[in-house]
Amino acid sequence: MTAALEIRRLTAGYGAEPVLREVSLQVPDGQVVTLLGANGAGKTTLLRAVSGLLPTTGTVLLREQDLSDVPPEQRVRRGLAHVPEGRGVIAELTVEENLRLGGLWRHGRTALRERTDAEYQRFEPLARRRKALGHQLSGGERQMLALARALVAAPDVLLLDEPSLGLAPQVVHSIMQTLRDLCDSTGLTVLLAEQNAAGALSIADRGVVLHLGEVRSDGPAAQIAQDEALRHAYLGY
Amino acid sequence: MDRFVFLLATGIADGVVFALFALSLVLIWRSTRIINFAAAAMAVTACYLALAVTDLTGSYWAGLIIAVLVGGTLGWAVERGVMRAARDPLSGVILAIGTVMVLQALTGILAGPQSRPAPVPFGDRPVIVGGVPTLSPYDLFVIAVAVTLTAGLHTLFARTSLGLQMRAAAFAPEMSRLLGVPVARMRTLGWILAAAVGALAVLLAVPGELGLDPHAGDPLFVSAFAVAVIGGLDSAEGAVIGGLLVGVLVSLVTGYLGAAVAPLGVLALLALVLLVRPAGLFAGVEARRV
Amino acid sequence: MNQNPRRIVLLTVGGLVVALAGTFLLDPYRNYLLALVAAHLCAIAGLSLLIGRTGQLSLGHAALMAAGGYGYVAGVKLGDGAVPDGLQPVLGLIVAVVTASVVGLLLGLAGARLHGPYLAGLTLAVVLALPALTSQIPALGGDQGLMVPFRSVPQALSSLIALEQWQAWIALTVVAVVLGVLATVDAGASGIRMRAVRDDEVAAALAGIRPGRIKVQAFVLSAAAAGAGGGVLCFVDSGVRPGGYGVTLSLLLVVGVVVGGTGRLAGAAIGAALVVLLPWLIGLGTSGLDLPAEAAQRLDGNLAVLVFGLLLIGLTVAAPTGALGLLTRAGASRKRSAPSIPTTSKD
Repeated sequence: MTAALEIRRLTAGYGAEPVLREVSLQVPDGQVVTLLGANGAGKTTLLRAVSGLLPTTGTVLLREQDLSDVPPEQRVRRGLAHVPEGRGVIAELTVEENLRLGGLWRHGRTALRERTDAEYQRFEPLARRRKALGHQLSGGERQMLALARALVAAPDVLLLDEPSLGLAPQVVHSIMQTLRDLCDSTGLTVLLAEQNAAGALSIADRGVVLHLGEVRSDGPAAQIAQDEALRHAYLGY
Repeated sequence: MDRFVFLLATGIADGVVFALFALSLVLIWRSTRIINFAAAAMAVTACYLALAVTDLTGSYWAGLIIAVLVGGTLGWAVERGVMRAARDPLSGVILAIGTVMVLQALTGILAGPQSRPAPVPFGDRPVIVGGVPTLSPYDLFVIAVAVTLTAGLHTLFARTSLGLQMRAAAFAPEMSRLLGVPVARMRTLGWILAAAVGALAVLLAVPGELGLDPHAGDPLFVSAFAVAVIGGLDSAEGAVIGGLLVGVLVSLVTGYLGAAVAPLGVLALLALVLLVRPAGLFAGVEARRV
Repeated sequence: MNQNPRRIVLLTVGGLVVALAGTFLLDPYRNYLLALVAAHLCAIAGLSLLIGRTGQLSLGHAALMAAGGYGYVAGVKLGDGAVPDGLQPVLGLIVAVVTASVVGLLLGLAGARLHGPYLAGLTLAVVLALPALTSQIPALGGDQGLMVPFRSVPQALSSLIALEQWQAWIALTVVAVVLGVLATVDAGASGIRMRAVRDDEVAAALAGIRPGRIKVQAFVLSAAAAGAGGGVLCFVDSGVRPGGYGVTLSLLLVVGVVVGGTGRLAGAAIGAALVVLLPWLIGLGTSGLDLPAEAAQRLDGNLAVLVFGLLLIGLTVAAPTGALGLLTRAGASRKRSAPSIPTTSKD
């Protein structure tokens, strides 16, 4: 089994003290790996480092290509998509414009239209709100739009930061299920940072537990879900 | 009454230029959230080179093209060379002030302090309609250029992928990078566009009351700043309406109270708008404070 | 920032005595330059505190200096015949400060709700409107400005010091008072409130501070300092002309602030010295080159502005803490003494 995304000895942070210390992990092709841990464990920092938004030491390999010197906007072109914390829906642009932005660099005019139409079919509520501005959407709609926008680019690896934050339980469940279906049907690879460990582990293949910037545990999702000591110590349930 | 009509017509012609120049401020505000205090000095520098080329070739149109090209190049150079170091709005203003001083000093050294006459491609005598003097052919030319340019910019931003990327880069730089938008390049492009538009606006304004000397841009900048604030810095439509408003106001004040009073009128209007509606008269959404 | 009031008084009085004594070492022209430096220092120190503490960038301080100048003339006229001749400059300076403070209050009220670039634009419009204002109000004397009667050295000192030295003494005394007041306010509770407003207006408001009021206070204080500077300039030059208080002066004041390090009163002295002395030094340099008259005329003034512009850009890019910041940083890294707090604004 090859790794779609491999992280080797990654160190990153904002000031003098690194938030991440020598983190190594692999995301196998076509699987959902969930990144777990408390607030401040370094989940968001890890995703931002993988996208190239932070200065780092260590190596990030996407399908065995080294991304170290590749700027963020080029990493997207190599097949990485990132739905950040808070979803990153651009409030001043319409749903249609947000969606088109996701695939502008990749497709010709007709191809882009087909891709966006496909996402409107997948996320039907968005199709009814094409002309609505980003700031007029509900939390669930925003999450759908963020996900759809990432998928328009047809990425190899999707980085997803706390999709469940601030959403109603049913919406969370449906989004998690959509993710699982996507992986099974299209072979998408997902690195999912979540505080909602139970929900994330229920759809993930593997889990990685971060604590204070270091990997505490890395194994099959079912195994982590059953490890009571680990759950109590780091996952809070 | 005849005088009023004449002043109104002149005001509209002047206002169109204000609007065009304000548009250049709006373009940069939209792409970088910076008010370009160096806009006028950059445009005036481009105009000096344009007039030099017109003198050499004898062609007004060669000068016009040079103004746009030099303006764009200056926009590129100032954004890449200077403004990129701005860490916050305050240092942005300070860097722009530094740029103003450098450009004004250089034009002062190279061209001298005296005001320079500028050629006109068409007649600048007002056409008499029903006994009332109105716009001149040159005024009509200015209006035509401004309308075409405004429509072109509107199409660029509202209808093209490039325009969409420029808007996205301005509103949410980091997210745009994550979506593959080359944000730095979009900013530079915004500056190039804005500076080219600014240079064209000043070139159109020079044959009128403005005249060309190293400091000619200062009052124009304040008028255009007032226009941009009145229209809301994010709104191109607002810049056009605000420009006409300020143009007519300046023209009426100049006509009835004297040219020396005009800056006071602009100041009063600016203060009023800033106090009553800081987000601009035409701002639909409350401006975000970043 | 741990300066207690007594230390500030000691520092200013001590500095003043040294400076007054120093004037005996200078020839009359250099004493005249020293008086100009002191006048500019008043305005630059006030502006530095305004930008550094509340983050309000004013491009209108030249107009506030002009207000001080006109105020000085009014004060001297007011005192004519009513107070002894020797006290007329004092009255003039007081009216100068009051006038500038009132103008500053109006501007501050208008500007309190405005964020950085908006305030800069509004104040720029004020400076550009100044010639229009003076031409419209006959009492301000139009483009010619107003003159005050020439003041010679008081009888008791006339055998001892020259006119220029006397002017330098007055200027130095005024600037010592201005700096003392600014430093005292900055070291006290107001200084903390101003920093709180600059860093986060919402948080400051939640802590019970009224950001609008603090910003207006800061603006008035800064305007008063600029007015004192304008008053001194009027005293030294025996008059005030609107032409001298244009956009260029406003921008030079900003240069002085940035050179000294925004928010640093001691740095403002370096800034003021540079703003006054560099054009003079460059003038000396170019006059030695034996240039044709027209070239010399073009270089005059412009060359200095060019250098100032480059300096402004260079310092903002490379050294946000200004020249003094560079020096203290070098000192700190050598001695590991107390770290200096960077005072660049966030908004």
